[in-house]
Amino acid sequence: MIALLVRDMRLAMRAGGGFGLGLAFFLIVSTLVPFGVGPEAAILSRIAPGILWVGALLACLLSLDRIFQLDFEDGSLDLLATAPIPMEGTVAIKALAHWLVTGLPLTLAAPAFGALMNLQSPGHYWIFITLLIGTPALSMIGAFGAALTVGLKRGGLLLSLLVLPLYIPTLIFGAEAATRGTAGLSALTPLLMMAGITAGSIALLPFAAAAALRVNLR
Amino acid sequence: MLDLGKYADAILSSWGITLALLIALVLVTWRRSVQVKKALHAAEKRASKDG
Amino acid sequence: MSLWEFANPVKFMALSGKVLPWVIGLAALTLIPGLIWGFFFTPEATNFGNSVKIIYIHVPSAMMAINIWVMMLVTSLIWIVRRHHVSVRAAKAAALIGVTMTVIALITGAIWGEPMWGTYWAWDPRLTSFLILFLFYLGYMALWAAIENPDTAADLTSVLCIVGSVFALLSRYAVNFWNQGLHQGASLSMDREEHVANVYYLPLLLCIAGFILLFVALVLIRTRTELRLVRLHRLEIRERMKDA
Repeated sequence: MIALLVRDMRLAMRAGGGFGLGLAFFLIVSTLVPFGVGPEAAILSRIAPGILWVGALLACLLSLDRIFQLDFEDGSLDLLATAPIPMEGTVAIKALAHWLVTGLPLTLAAPAFGALMNLQSPGHYWIFITLLIGTPALSMIGAFGAALTVGLKRGGLLLSLLVLPLYIPTLIFGAEAATRGTAGLSALTPLLMMAGITAGSIALLPFAAAAALRVNLR
Repeated sequence: MLDLGKYADAILSSWGITLALLIALVLVTWRRSVQVKKALHAAEKRASKDG
Repeated sequence: MSLWEFANPVKFMALSGKVLPWVIGLAALTLIPGLIWGFFFTPEATNFGNSVKIIYIHVPSAMMAINIWVMMLVTSLIWIVRRHHVSVRAAKAAALIGVTMTVIALITGAIWGEPMWGTYWAWDPRLTSFLILFLFYLGYMALWAAIENPDTAADLTSVLCIVGSVFALLSRYAVNFWNQGLHQGASLSMDREEHVANVYYLPLLLCIAGFILLFVALVLIRTRTELRLVRLHRLEIRERMKDA
């Protein structure tokens, strides 16, 4: 399983994607928003947590279709299906690899990008915490969406249409927790709700994703 | 004719849109049903002739 | 003799063929008088004015939008567990009706909201939930349209429907938490005397019954079409194999 994780991460990085591309996209979104809404510091610092969350979510979405697509095309997914690791485990590992190359860097970079939007001092901490808890759910839900669309030739757009509605609860709780925390209010409830979604996704979605993969490999 | 008062625009437009959508839905369903029925009939006939 | 016998496509076709004219007749008999009653013969409400007439299309369509999704969830589960073809075809057949109902509920709500609340759109929990429901319908239908093999499509859309239902429910609570709304509380609950007077309640009930029957009629027609399509698909494959 560890070998699979290492292999997946190496592939993701060699494909010139994951890491750099997602982060660059995130940076561009953080740069474009002030152009769109104007440079007033007060407005920017108020919307910063939400923008950072939406930006991270979209950056995460970018690389989703690669989770299974390459392995499906060259047949290694068939091999993995017959491997001693259960399909659910493969899905979970691949989601973890996706998180390590996109979710984690985004989480680390978000507080720094917050400076572009005049994010005030407890905000850095909150955006880091909420993204750290929330992005694993984004990767896992995304892996489920990728498993559904893996057999399609042009699944990219469809993947976004399927995955984005599923992201809504995570986004609401995550951005709400970050906003409340930044404003100095108690953010415990949304934080716990988001942690619940993350835990539930990691526990249950591998089964749904593995079922979808088996159908696609049939 | 009944007097809808100051809400006439809202009432008429929402009823109009609703009826239009429902009628469109019924028509689409109906047309597709007839088309598929015809196509299946033709296919069955071909199958029995060949078979 | 069990209920599952009707899950056999041939039996379903026979039975639904017999039932269908009656359902269509009943739907027409409830929906048309209900709408006419609601539109022409109901008084103004004290605080809504004449705009209360929108309720006769807004509430039934909103109810159906949710109920149809629940029906799709149940039929998807039946397909996953027992693999009855009628079941999953019915889910596919219902999706377009559901999305139409959602659109009607959203549009009439927006038009009604303008004179009542002074805005077409507010991020009120119910409005937001319906918008999210609309997105889920779109995703479900897009997945059906994208996959060529009907059995693969049936499996994948069923999985999506089940997972989507969980997330739709989560979104409902998330949205409630996120913003408290403008809507009045449930106006159609059991203790109706307190909420809606009989003059409005009876035609509204008739309209709801009409919408339900219309849905049943449409879903029967569409399911029959879908089953015929499956058969057509098989015949075409057989023909092609013979030619080759």
